[in-house]
Amino acid sequence: MTLSNGHVAVRTEKVTRHYQMGAAMVRAVDDVTLSIPSGEFVALLGSSGSGKSTLLNLLAGLDRPSSGSVWAHDHNLAAMSSAELARHRSHTIGIVFQAFNLLPRMTLEENVELPLRLAEIDRADRMGRVREAIGRVRLTARLTHRPSELSGGEQQRAALARALVNRPTILLADEPTGNLDSATGDEIMQLLQEINDSGVTIIMVTHEQERAQRFAHRLISMKDGKVISDGVPR
Amino acid sequence: MKLGDLTELAVRNLREALLRNSLTTLGIGVGVASLVAMLSLGVGLQNLANDRLAHSGLFNAIFVSARPNLRGALRGPEPPGQNVPPNTPRQPLDDDARNKIAMLPNVVEVYPEIRFPTEIHFGADSYPTIVAGMQDSARSGGAFDGMKGSYFSGPSADEAILQIEFARQLSNAPESLIGKEIVLRYAERQALPPEPVGKKSVAGSSGDATGGFSIVPHEERLRIIGIVETDPALGFGGMGNGRVLIPLQLAEKLRATQATDLRQLLRDTPAKHTYENLTVRVTGASQVQAVEDTVKQMGFGAFSLLDATSNLRLIFAVFDLLLGIFGSLALVVASLGIINTLVMAILERRREIGVLKALGAADRDVRRLFLVEAGAMGIFGGVFGVLLGWLIGRGINLARKI
Repeated sequence: MTLSNGHVAVRTEKVTRHYQMGAAMVRAVDDVTLSIPSGEFVALLGSSGSGKSTLLNLLAGLDRPSSGSVWAHDHNLAAMSSAELARHRSHTIGIVFQAFNLLPRMTLEENVELPLRLAEIDRADRMGRVREAIGRVRLTARLTHRPSELSGGEQQRAALARALVNRPTILLADEPTGNLDSATGDEIMQLLQEINDSGVTIIMVTHEQERAQRFAHRLISMKDGKVISDGVPR
Repeated sequence: MKLGDLTELAVRNLREALLRNSLTTLGIGVGVASLVAMLSLGVGLQNLANDRLAHSGLFNAIFVSARPNLRGALRGPEPPGQNVPPNTPRQPLDDDARNKIAMLPNVVEVYPEIRFPTEIHFGADSYPTIVAGMQDSARSGGAFDGMKGSYFSGPSADEAILQIEFARQLSNAPESLIGKEIVLRYAERQALPPEPVGKKSVAGSSGDATGGFSIVPHEERLRIIGIVETDPALGFGGMGNGRVLIPLQLAEKLRATQATDLRQLLRDTPAKHTYENLTVRVTGASQVQAVEDTVKQMGFGAFSLLDATSNLRLIFAVFDLLLGIFGSLALVVASLGIINTLVMAILERRREIGVLKALGAADRDVRRLFLVEAGAMGIFGGVFGVLLGWLIGRGINLARKI
């Protein structure tokens, strides 16, 4: 287990995100204040519609808060321009999704290379980093395969390699085991734990209480957009 | 994202929807081709018309008349500032005036229009028709291109070129007439001897040196040397035409009576031969205005077809505009095709756009990616369209020649 080094990776202050749905105002995230130290493995728990994915999007800089602020390594995301947020996502954040979201027309190697293209990494350096990331998730034998030729678990590992290739300090995972069977889900969790052991802060959205208890250092439960509990696993 | 990566991704995306993108590119190509073809057609027709008109010699010619306030049918009222100087005395358009005009800068030649009625005797039959004198420069005017036989061997040769319609009256095989002789019977104008002192004719001082002339029948033998299918003797402004063409100097030498001679006889003009009108040919269309103005300053009426040319230019400008509008409509339709393809692509690739943004793509990167894809289709479609338009133009040219 990696312990926090004392630096704060992510912090929110009274962050809210409201959506106008016709005449009704939906408070997806409502006055949430959190502080997640670097190196921590945090599980965001809650039922569907509790606001955990919206909070994850705010932490990733994919969405902007209605009020309050989100800080990543002491940078206020709410004050960043669109281009600065893109740079933040490219260099600081890695994201994996429940549905993997690999581009179907690209091979595994090309999918993993994509963030390096977006980050304008020199072509000469790319292949080494791609191989390193793919090796880390143990998919070296599948370099030239397309996503349709990979199993669900392999696709999620590929998505992890893609999220890690730019060497982010924070990994955000949105239900990473949601589309996988139990054994494959455990494999992914093992991988996430290995990644966390290497010093990467992980914030994982999940509704699987049992897995969260086994792998995370800290469990934050949400309901109706509010944090209802925040503590260590029993 | 770097341009190389952007292009690589765009090409990959274009390849993925190959059929749809190819059809869109083809649509752009057809749109561009129609625009290119229509504009080329307009420009080509304008060039063709200009070329034909320039060859006709009408646009480097000035029609000069003894009447200072001449207004041609094509001209209408004189515009302010270009009118004949006020109170300009009427000048006789005689040989002196002809020589003076011929001495003006940029004037190539000055010649009268000579047309007179005649009766042609060929074999046992006679045929009434009109004879026209052709200046030597007419041979290069294009009207005699493709004629059967040859042009006049000299400026006063006893030779005739027949217009095809008239030649058909003479023979069912017009070309067989070449080399044969015809007899031109015409009314010759002969000067009267001086009248005794104290006796004055009704005609007063008009007419030739004596103030009058007699008309006697005369014959001239001419050898047919050519048959022409066009109507090269069509007068300036379309007045009259000749079916038998003879060299201009010969026509002048014949002193045949023309319709205008009677009018001259009744006028109170100096006692020497005057011309009803003269045609002045200048070195180029750009010199027409200056020479025309000078001729007017000399007290003669003058007009050219420059105004008609400017009207022609206006007509072609409108024609080009219309063709351009129709071509542009095709281009607009093609552009809508691109927009439709891109909108569909954006809607279909919303998830991909989201993934790209999650992986660190800026809005600018996504925008540029779609623009490169659209640009590639536009460039390929444009190049294809220009080539297709060029081929259509070549096809039209080929069809015209056939």
